[in-house]
Amino acid sequence: MATASETPHIALTLRDHLPILQVLIPLCVAPLIVLLGGRRMAWGLAFLASALSLVVSFLLMMQVMDGSFISYHLGGWAPPVGIEYRIDAANAFVLFLISLTATLVVPFALRSVADEIPARSHTLFYACFTLVLTGLLGVVATGDAFNVFVFLEISSLSTYVLVSQGLYRDKRALSAAYDYLIMGTIGATFFVIGIGFLYMTTGTLNMADMAERLVGQGDNRTVQAAFAFIVVGMGLKVAIYPLHLWLPAAYNYAPSAVTVFLAATSTKAAVYVLLRFMFSVFQPEFVFDTNLLLWILAPFALLAMFAASLIAVFQTNFKRMLAYSSIAQIGYMLLGISLFSVTGLSATMVHLFNHGITKAALFMAVGALVLRSGNTFYDRIEGMGRVMPLTGAAVVLGGLSLIGVPGTAGFISKWVLVQAAFEADLWWIALLIVASSLLAVIYMWRVIEVLYLHTPHPEAIHKEAPLSMVIPMWIAAGACVWFGIDTSLTMGAANTAAIGLMGGTDGMALTPTVGGLLGNGH
Amino acid sequence: MDTNTLIFLALLLPVLAMFGNMAFARQDNLRDGFTFVCAILTFGAVLGVLGNLGNSTSEEITLLEMLPGLQIALQVEPLGLMFALVASGLWIVTHIYGLGYMRGNKEKHHARFFACFSVAISAAIGIAFSANLLTLFLFYEVLTVSTYPLVAHKGTPEAIRGARTYLGVLIGTSIALFLTAIIWTYTLAGTLDFVPGGILQGKVEGLLVPILLGLFAFGIGKAALMPFHRWLPAAMVAPTPVSALLHAVAVVKAGVFTMLKVGVYTFGIDFLADTGASDWLMWIAAYTILASSIVAYQQDNLKRRLAYSTVSQLSYVTLGLALATQMGVMGGALQIAMHAMGKITLFMCAGAIYVATHKSNISEMKGLGRSMPFTYIAFLIGALSIIGLPPLGGSWSKWLLMVGAADADHKIMIGVLMASSLLSLSYLLPVVAQGFFSSSPANPYNGIKEAPAFCYIPPVFTAIGCVILFLYAGTLVEFLTPMLGVPQ
Repeated sequence: MATASETPHIALTLRDHLPILQVLIPLCVAPLIVLLGGRRMAWGLAFLASALSLVVSFLLMMQVMDGSFISYHLGGWAPPVGIEYRIDAANAFVLFLISLTATLVVPFALRSVADEIPARSHTLFYACFTLVLTGLLGVVATGDAFNVFVFLEISSLSTYVLVSQGLYRDKRALSAAYDYLIMGTIGATFFVIGIGFLYMTTGTLNMADMAERLVGQGDNRTVQAAFAFIVVGMGLKVAIYPLHLWLPAAYNYAPSAVTVFLAATSTKAAVYVLLRFMFSVFQPEFVFDTNLLLWILAPFALLAMFAASLIAVFQTNFKRMLAYSSIAQIGYMLLGISLFSVTGLSATMVHLFNHGITKAALFMAVGALVLRSGNTFYDRIEGMGRVMPLTGAAVVLGGLSLIGVPGTAGFISKWVLVQAAFEADLWWIALLIVASSLLAVIYMWRVIEVLYLHTPHPEAIHKEAPLSMVIPMWIAAGACVWFGIDTSLTMGAANTAAIGLMGGTDGMALTPTVGGLLGNGH
Repeated sequence: MDTNTLIFLALLLPVLAMFGNMAFARQDNLRDGFTFVCAILTFGAVLGVLGNLGNSTSEEITLLEMLPGLQIALQVEPLGLMFALVASGLWIVTHIYGLGYMRGNKEKHHARFFACFSVAISAAIGIAFSANLLTLFLFYEVLTVSTYPLVAHKGTPEAIRGARTYLGVLIGTSIALFLTAIIWTYTLAGTLDFVPGGILQGKVEGLLVPILLGLFAFGIGKAALMPFHRWLPAAMVAPTPVSALLHAVAVVKAGVFTMLKVGVYTFGIDFLADTGASDWLMWIAAYTILASSIVAYQQDNLKRRLAYSTVSQLSYVTLGLALATQMGVMGGALQIAMHAMGKITLFMCAGAIYVATHKSNISEMKGLGRSMPFTYIAFLIGALSIIGLPPLGGSWSKWLLMVGAADADHKIMIGVLMASSLLSLSYLLPVVAQGFFSSSPANPYNGIKEAPAFCYIPPVFTAIGCVILFLYAGTLVEFLTPMLGVPQ
């Protein structure tokens, strides 16, 4: 890629605007959906926005895979005055996951949403969906702390609406959405308080600039309080174990397509923000000096891995079980952070992606089961694996990946995480990691037995799900296998991201190595 | 053809058989014939690899990089080649037998059954040709998952319970212990390749060596070391062809094969001998040998008795490794082939009896031998081979193990091996004796004939195999010697 000094007069190409296009495309499409109306049109536009985002994110990822980063100046205003979008390996990877999931979810939603939500709400549903996508992509792409908050709210508010759309199947979706609203707002408020403190101390909102000015401020009480507020606020969004209460109901009562999207992306974006603030804004030294955090994170991570898995074992509803499993899996990501090494962060990053695609496959299978058997209580989906062979096989594949059987994506995450534990000489944590995956064997195998070893429920529709659901489901399930065998993309990106994050401020250096056309040249 | 192509063929032909089973699910003869051809070609491919062994060096084939620095790679070495030969060769026999059994017994879901069966064979061959622990682990788990539907095949509550134990123990041990051990080894040694002489020498010391060995020994649940042996009797709810090929040959032998591989190529025999890290394992193996023999003696269900006998016989291999002498390891390696041939005979006979009479308890089999002479004579030969009497294959492995025990100066193990032979004599021979000599009280077996030819010819065939293995044991030992890393 050409640098600014070499090409000062050349008109900017579309390629140079990729970072903003990533957010702008869905942002513009959302109102367009409302204005143009029409259910088919709404669906088509949402798909277009997702697919274009996927292309953009893929192009971005290819540019930063080598460890460089792109700094994009909004409106040509140079940071720290202007707003900066900064793409490096860590967020390009997450952007890719989010837009990939969106591209899979929209085709899946066609039948699922038609089945679960009355036709009059479809247009607004897709508009909200596109807004969630905008918010999540914005949260991840931006390099401006206040921007993170704004996009977080865009995605959260529309998510509450989407969750509440489950009310046509179960009125409890309303209280689930309300719970989520309250908890999410508390989280966002904490987060913005933290940012306020940081602004107070540093006088800037640009994250890279902030990072520079925070060097040596480790003893500053305000900075420490800011750190605490941000971690707890984001912890609510991530659903770190004791802060997870909103998650099971929200996942369970939301429409199937919404659950797929939420489970695969929203907590993942929050994990990314947590990482970005902990390691890039506050730098590893700060986190390490306040050693305390690691000793708080690791126990909560372990607690999540065991307690949530154990709760999952005793669920009688497939969808709810997967929600608890998600909380447990978030524990693995936190554990990777708390190990505080490049390998540990690689594990977090790669698990973020691998778990995203795994849960996407599983929740899509849930959606297909809901379509055919009405709900996913175990006594209702009995034997459905026999009449829906493709859906059943996708559950098996996703389940194996969740357990971490070799040849699946989940195995890679587990491998790297256990390796990180051994490298840190914490062999007992390594043992706990593998022990907790035994719980995954139990809760997944219960479902697999239910699906295969019983005769199908007489009231269920004994037919395979439509292709518009099966194909996205199998792309996700296939991805679980693909990224379990060929890891050059995922591990490459995760490793580069981890090195960048552990580099702390260096990873956020003000002078870009690549890109940065706008602003510099004008 | 060159070795690489042949290895791929050996791996992919069974997979092709799986697709054939799915495609021709409703045309019975076409489907089973297709699988049969695939089985023969698979064996042919493995034989081809054997034929090429002399003239081309055994290079490593790297398929792809799974994790940075960790490849999925295949390689030919004597021990693995022997295992692949045993598994693929006996697949042909078992397939014929399986046709007779499944049809004679009117079992359902043939296509699913034979499809899973083929995948399991492919996984076993993958294990045999793995060039490092990661690849081996990958195929190891494929083998577990692909055999689960076979154990649960009948779909009865009993089968579901058995299958749950099966999967729980095998996945549980492999993920909790085996995987931990592999990652730990990788962190220590920086590689997982199988290297003659091992990769851990000088990388780990003190108490950690026996702990790491323990993670491997118990983590390889398929080797059925006590207390992780419960899955094997539980797996007996499967149709008998599964018990015969998978739970006497492919799955359990994959376990002890892995155990030997880890001992010889990861730790290194010398390293184990020098550190004495495997001493405790020897006692566990000895305990497993004796305890499960005694349990076997108490079983009335024939298949369960054979299963406990398998648990006991598998620990011979573990014992051979734990002795950490060249003779011991060689005895263990021979035991893989010898026991496979003997035990598959016994299981096929048990299945033939079941097909003909629907009896599975030994106490109900009085006087059957006179109606089913072929089955019972095959059973006798298989039993004698398991016991370890000449002129049958099983005698050689026991002989070498005893020499190994003497070399290692653990003479008490010779006593253990002899006691075990006596015990197996006492639980296997009464089956035959009852069959021939006791007259059934009311003679309710009038009209009982041999099972269909497809059911009793294969065990006769493998019984002859036991004799042949006795005669060619020397060749086999010579063939296996390179694995010990001794200059020839």
